[in-house]
Amino acid sequence: MSEAKKPVPAKPAGGRAGMKKELPEHFKSYKHVWVFVEMERGVVHPVSWELLGEGRKLADKLGVELAGVVMGPPGAETRAAVAESYTYGADTVYLVEDPLLTDYRNEPFAKALTDVVNTYQPEVLLLGATTLGRDLAGTVATTLKTGLTADCTELAIDDDRSLAATRPTFGGSLLCTIHTLNYRPQMATIRPRVMAMPDKDESRPVGGLIEHPLNMAEDDIVTKILSFIADQDSDKAQLAYADVVVAGGLGLGKPENFKLVTDLATVLGAEYGGSRPLVQKGWIAAERQIGQTGKTIRPKLYIAAGISGAIQHRVGVEGADCIVAINSDPGAAIFEIAHIGIVGDALTILPALTEAFRKRLSVNRMAG
Amino acid sequence: MHIVVCIKQVPDSAQIRVHPVTNTIMRQGVPSVINPYDLFSLEEAMRLRDTLGGKVTVLSMGPPMAEDSLRKALGLGADDAVLLTDRFFAGSDTLATSYALASAIKKISETDPVDIVFAGKQTIDGDTAQVGPGIAKRLNLQQLTYVAKVEGVDLEKREVVVHRRSEGGVQVLKTSLPCLITMLEGSNSIRFGTMPDMFRAARHQLRTWNAEAAGIEDISLCGLKGSPTVVKKVFAPSARKDKATMIDVTGKSADEISAAAIDAIFKAQPKLEADMLELAAGTR
Ligand SMILES: Cc1cc2nc3c(=O)[nH]c(=O)nc-3n(C[C@H](O)[C@H](O)[C@H](O)COP(=O)(O)OP(=O)(O)OC[C@H]3O[C@@H](n4cnc5c(N)ncnc54)[C@H](O)[C@@H]3O)c2cc1C
Ligand SMILES: Nc1ncnc2c1ncn2[C@@H]1O[C@H](COP(=O)(O)O)[C@@H](O)[C@H]1O
Repeated sequence: MSEAKKPVPAKPAGGRAGMKKELPEHFKSYKHVWVFVEMERGVVHPVSWELLGEGRKLADKLGVELAGVVMGPPGAETRAAVAESYTYGADTVYLVEDPLLTDYRNEPFAKALTDVVNTYQPEVLLLGATTLGRDLAGTVATTLKTGLTADCTELAIDDDRSLAATRPTFGGSLLCTIHTLNYRPQMATIRPRVMAMPDKDESRPVGGLIEHPLNMAEDDIVTKILSFIADQDSDKAQLAYADVVVAGGLGLGKPENFKLVTDLATVLGAEYGGSRPLVQKGWIAAERQIGQTGKTIRPKLYIAAGISGAIQHRVGVEGADCIVAINSDPGAAIFEIAHIGIVGDALTILPALTEAFRKRLSVNRMAG
Repeated sequence: MHIVVCIKQVPDSAQIRVHPVTNTIMRQGVPSVINPYDLFSLEEAMRLRDTLGGKVTVLSMGPPMAEDSLRKALGLGADDAVLLTDRFFAGSDTLATSYALASAIKKISETDPVDIVFAGKQTIDGDTAQVGPGIAKRLNLQQLTYVAKVEGVDLEKREVVVHRRSEGGVQVLKTSLPCLITMLEGSNSIRFGTMPDMFRAARHQLRTWNAEAAGIEDISLCGLKGSPTVVKKVFAPSARKDKATMIDVTGKSADEISAAAIDAIFKAQPKLEADMLELAAGTR
C-alpha cells in the first residue's frame, strides 16, 4: 500500500496515480477473471463461492470468462469442488490434481498457482483473505512481480477495464481504492463474508476443464507436515456464517453478565460474539471477536448489546441485513449503523428480549 | 544463531484521526510505536537467542525517525540494529518494500549469516501481511506464517518445528533453516527491558544504510517506481442513508420494549420469523 508506506511525500500529491496506464505489450494477452478455490482437508472455504459470485459480475462487466482454480489431491472431494465451481458461476475450471496438494503447504501450492497463471494468463486473480489465501497470494504476487491488494472489501471495474480494489486502512477509519498499473494479473485478496454468497445454480452448464500438472516430487518440498491438530470447539468457525448473531460489549459491565448474551443466543439458535475488549479481558475466546481484527459477519440478524460501535467493530458487522442495537447512550455510534435502536440498559432488556423471543418462538431450549 | 527481526514504525492507530474535510490521516502529534504485531516476533526471536545463543538484529525501513523504534527494540533486548533509509524508498508498496528489506538481509548475511528472519503477521497501517511472504520468496527462504508456537530449533540438523494456525486447526510443520517466520498475536508477551539493555540501547551505534549501502542492485525496483500498485483514491466510509427505527422506551417496561423490538425486527425482515421458527425447531 503506497499510502501507508510513504515516509515523506516524494512527489506532489497524486504521484503515479495520475499516470497514464499503458499496459506493456506482453501483458495485453492477459484475459479473464480467475478465482482461487480454496480447499483445505477436503473442505472448500465458502469465501471461494462468494468470490465466484463477485467474480461473475466483474467478468460480465469485462465481457470475459470467469474461471475457478482448484488444487487438491486426486479424488472425489477435488472433483466435487470442480463441479460446484460451475454451479457458483465458473465458465471454466483450471485443475491441478496431485497427492502433494492434499494439505496446504506454501511451496507446492505457490508453484501450481504460479504455473497456471503464467501458462493461461488471467487479467484478474482473486483469493480469499484467509490464512491460506494470504500466505499463498504474497508468494505468488512476489514471484510474478505484480501488484497485490490485501483484504479488500469492494471490487469494481473502471472504464479503462482496470480492477479497482477498495480496502479499509488505518483500522477502517478510511477506505482506499488501489489499482495495479502496468502489471498483470491484478491480484487481490478479499475478506470472507463481505461479498454476498451467490445462489447455487445446478442448471448451469458444466464448463471447460483444463488440467495442469504439478511436476513436483515430495523430495522437492522442504517443509514437511508432521501432524494436524483439528480445532476442538467446532462451532467456533461457525460465527462468520451464522444467520443470527448476538454480541456483547463492555457495556455489560462484568464477565458474569455475558451470560445474558449467550442465553438470548441459545433461544434464537444463534452464535454469540463480542467486541475486542472482551477478548482482551478474557471474557470470551479470541475466535469470538467480531470486527476488523476479528471475524466479519453477515447474518440476517445482529443484536449488539452494550457495544459502542467503534469503526473497527463496525467494519465487521456492516453486511448484516438487520442490526439491532441496545445501548444506554442515545449518542452511541452503533445507532448510526443500526436498523433498530433501543436506548436502554442491556442488563434488563436482554433478559426481557430472551423471554419474549422464547414465547414468540415457543420453544424451550436448554440454556447453556 | 543469528536472527533478523523486521520491525516497522507505525503511527499509534488508537490515536489516529482523520481530517474531516480533506480525508487525510492527521499524523501531527500522533506518537509512533513499533508495529504491535512485530513485538510477538521480536520476543520469540529473543527467547530463541536466550536458549540457543547467538544474536538478534532488528531491521527497519523508514524515515530517519524510525531509529526511535530500533532503539526501543535494543532497549527490549535486541543485540544489533540496521536502519534502512533513503529517499529512493519513499512510496514503496509491499513488493518494493520486500525487495529493499530482502536486499538488506542479504547484505547483513554477508558478514553474519542469518538463520531465521522474523516478520510481524501484519502491520496496523499497511495491514497487508504481504511483506513477510515477499521477503521469503525473494530470499528463497522456507515460509512459515501465522505461527502460534516455535516448538524447537535444532541447530545441528538445521531444522525448525513450528505450530502454524490454519483455518480449521493447527499444522505442525518441520522445515530447514534458513526460514522466515511470522508470529501470531498473543503467542507470547513482550518482556520489559532491563536497565543495562536500556543503557546499551542509548549508546549503541546502529547501522544506517542508504540504498547503496544496503546492496540494492536495481534502484528502479524501489519506492514509487518499483511499486506496481497505486492508491487512486482515499475516502471516508459513507454514512448509511436510512436512519435507525428507534424503539419508544419512555415510560415503557422492559417487556413492552422487547415486544416492540421483536415486532420491528420481523417487520423489517418478514422472512426471518419463519426461518427462526425452523431454526429453533431444529428442522435444518
Ligand atoms: C487496531 C485496532 C483494531 C481493533 N479491532 C477491533 C475489532 O476487531 N473488534 C472490536 O470490537 N473492536 C476493535 N477495536 C477496538 C475498538 O476501537 C473499540 O475500542 C471497541 O470496539 C469498543 O468496545 P465496546 O463497544 O465493547 O466498549 P466501549 O467503547 O467501552 O463501549 C461500551 C458501550 O456500552 C454502553 N453501555 C454502558 N453501559 C450499558 C448498559 N448497562 N446497557 C447498555 N449499554 C451500555 C456505553 O454507552 C458504550 O457505548 C480495535 C482497535 C484498534 C486500535
Ligand atoms: N518498512 C518496514 N520495515 C521493516 N519491516 C517491515 C516494513 N514493512 C513491513 N515490515 C515487516 O513486514 C510485516 C508485514 O507487513 P505488512 O505486509 O505491511 O502487513 C511487518 O509486521 C514487519 O515485520
